[in-house]
Amino acid sequence: MSTMQNRFSKTLVTAAALVAFGAVTGCHKKASGVDPNALGPAPTATAAAPTATISADPLAIDQGQSVVLNWRSTNANSVAIDGIGPVNLNGTQTVSPSSSTNFHLVAIGDGGTTEANVRVTVRVPVAPTAPPTTAGDMGSEAAFHQNVQDIFFDYDSYDLRPDATASTAQAAAYLAAHPAIKVIIGGYCDDRGSAEYNLALGENRANAARTALVSAGVSANRLRVISYGKEKQFCTEENETCWQQNRRAQFSLDR
Amino acid sequence: MLSTNRSSPIRHAQLYCLGALLILLVGVSVLSAQDIKTETSKGVSNIRIAVADFKAGSADPQVDGLKRTFDTTLYADLANAGIFDIVSKSLLPQSTPGAPAEMNVQQWSAAPTAASMVAFGSFSIQGGRIVCNGFLFDAKNLQYPQVLAKQYSEEATEDSARQIAHRFADEIIFRLSGGSQGIAESKIYYVKLDGANKEIWEMDYDGANQHPLTHLGAISLSPRISPDNSRLAFSSLGHDGFQIRIFSLVLGRMVNFTGVGGTNLSPAWSPNGKDIAYSSSRSGDPEIWISDANGSLARRITSFRGPDVSPVFNPRTGSQIAWISGRTGLPQLYIMDTDGSAVQRMTDGGYATSVSWSPNGQFLAFAWDRKYGPGAPGGQDIYIMEIATKKWIQLTHDGGRCDFPSWSPDGRHIVYANSPDGKARSTKIMTMLADGTGKRALTGPGADMPNWSWK
Repeated sequence: MSTMQNRFSKTLVTAAALVAFGAVTGCHKKASGVDPNALGPAPTATAAAPTATISADPLAIDQGQSVVLNWRSTNANSVAIDGIGPVNLNGTQTVSPSSSTNFHLVAIGDGGTTEANVRVTVRVPVAPTAPPTTAGDMGSEAAFHQNVQDIFFDYDSYDLRPDATASTAQAAAYLAAHPAIKVIIGGYCDDRGSAEYNLALGENRANAARTALVSAGVSANRLRVISYGKEKQFCTEENETCWQQNRRAQFSLDR
Repeated sequence: MLSTNRSSPIRHAQLYCLGALLILLVGVSVLSAQDIKTETSKGVSNIRIAVADFKAGSADPQVDGLKRTFDTTLYADLANAGIFDIVSKSLLPQSTPGAPAEMNVQQWSAAPTAASMVAFGSFSIQGGRIVCNGFLFDAKNLQYPQVLAKQYSEEATEDSARQIAHRFADEIIFRLSGGSQGIAESKIYYVKLDGANKEIWEMDYDGANQHPLTHLGAISLSPRISPDNSRLAFSSLGHDGFQIRIFSLVLGRMVNFTGVGGTNLSPAWSPNGKDIAYSSSRSGDPEIWISDANGSLARRITSFRGPDVSPVFNPRTGSQIAWISGRTGLPQLYIMDTDGSAVQRMTDGGYATSVSWSPNGQFLAFAWDRKYGPGAPGGQDIYIMEIATKKWIQLTHDGGRCDFPSWSPDGRHIVYANSPDGKARSTKIMTMLADGTGKRALTGPGADMPNWSWK
C-alpha cells in the first residue's frame, strides 16, 4: 500500500515538471518580442472578431401575417441574411414568410465571420382530410333504419311515448358505434288540422326526438331537424291507422 | 234570381239579393243571433241601384266583346260590394242611355225598376283605345240628378275593360258607402298546387286574371302581401327546411331575406311595411319573432314551450299581434302587444288556427273546430270574434273544411279556403261578406291560403 502511494506521487511530480517546461518554451517561440501577458483580455482593433445577434418578433405567425426581424452586429464590415441579401450592419425589416423559415445572418469583419440564426414558425392551416375509411363508414341504409327507428306520436302531441324511449336508446347506441353518420330528423303530422300550425307542431316533434338523442349522448351537431308538417304524407287514407303513420319523427341519413 | 227580386220585403231584411243563398241565410241569421255589428251590418237599408248596359259608341268589331266584359264586371263589382240592393237586369227600362242628355231618370225611379241610383254610360273604341264615359245619377233628384261623371281611356284589351269597370265601380262605392274605399282594384295572393310543388299565384279580387308569380319548383306557403303591394313574403321549403322568402312585385324576382336556422313560417307585415313577424324555431322551439323586412334585427316576442305560429299585426294600430299558440295543448287564439306583454287568450277551447285581423282593428277572423277530437260533431269553420267583447259568430256551416280567412281592405268581405271533402287537392278559394252571406267560389280546386291585399 505505502509503496504504491510513493510511486504515484513520483509520477505526478514528473508530469508537473514536464508541463511547466513545455509551457515556457512554447511561449518563447511564438511571441517574438511581445509579451502575451501584457496584451490583456481585450482583442486588438485590427483583429477583433465580429459579433452578431438577430431576433424576430413574434416568433410564430399565421400564414399571411408578418414578422419584424431585428439584428445588431459589431466589428463587421458586411452583413447578409439568407433570402434577403446584403443588409445594413444594424437594422430591422418586416418580412412575411409563407412557410417556417430559418433566418441565417452572416456578419463578416476583419476579425473573422460570425453567424446568427432565428427561426420563424409559420402556422399553415391544414386542409381537413377525409377520415380513414373505417371511421367514415356510414353503414348500410338498411342497418340504419333497422337500428334507428322512426318515432310515432299521439294525436296533437309532441311528447315521446314510452315505446319511443326504448327505440331512442337503441338508436343512440347505433349512432355511437357509427360516428360518421349524420342524421336528418323530419317532423311530420297527419293531414287534419291547419297547415301552418302543423308545421310548427312537426318542428316540436322532430325537436323532441333530437333532444332524446342528445340526452342519450349523440352529439347535437350530427343531427339536423326539418319540419314537413302535413306537406308530405306517408299515407293518404282517412283513418286512424293512416293518421298514426303520418304523426312521426323520421330519421334518415344526412349524406 | 227573378223571383227573389220581385219580393219587395228584401229591403227590410237587410240581406243581399244573391238568389239561392237567401234560403241558407234565413237559417244562419237565426242561429247566430249575436249582436256583433260588422262593416256589413251597419243597420241601414241598402241602396237600390240600377246598372244599365253601357251604350256601344262605335262600330269597331272589338266593341261587343269588350263591352260585354265591362258590363259584366261592373254589375258583379256592385253586386258583390255588399252595400247595394242591385236591380235585376230584366227589370230595367228598354232604353240604353249613353249620355246625360239621353237619360230620363223618372223612367228608372218608377216601378218596377224603382232604383234610387242609376249607373250608365257609353263604351267605344277609338283608334285602338277604349273610351268609356261613366255616369251615376240620383234617380230621385229630378233637378240635379248627376252624382258622378268619369271618363276612361285605355288600350283595347280584355284586361283594360275589366280594370276600367273595377275603377268605376270603386268610384261609385266610395261615393255611396259613406267614404269607404272600394275593393274592385284589390288583389288576392294564394297558393296553387302544381304537382308535388306549391307556387304563389295572384288574381283579381273577383277571381279573374289568375296567374303565377313564383316558379321556384318547391313547396311555398303562406303568401302575405306588403301594405304597399310592392313585396310578397312567404315561406318556402329548401335544403334546411322552411325559410322566409321575399318576392318583389316591382322587380319581378326574389329579393334577400336573411336566413337563419330552424323552421321559419307564416310571415306577417306590420302596417307600416317595415317589420315582419313570423314563427321561427331558431332557438329550438317555434316562437314568434319580429325582424325588419330584410330579416335583420330579429327579436323574440314569445317564450313558451309549444308551437307559436301564424302571427298577424293589428292593421289599425300596428301595436298588437294576434297569433296561434299550442302552449296549453290544442291550438288557441291569443293576442298580445308587439313587445310580448299583455297576453290574452281569446278562444275557450277547441282547435283554433289561421287568424286574420280586420282593417278597422275590431274583429278577428279565424278557423275554428269547436268540438275537436275523434268522432266529434261539426268541423273546421270560419268564425269572427269581436275583440272587445270576445263575442263570436260562425260564418260557414257544413260546407266542408274551411281555413285561412283573410279580410278585404274595406272590412266587408272575407276570402277563405274551402275543401268540401276535406282533401287538400279539393281545396278552392271562396269569398263571402263578413256576415257570412254571398258565398261564392273564386277558383277551382287546387288553390289554398288566400291573402287579400291591403288596398
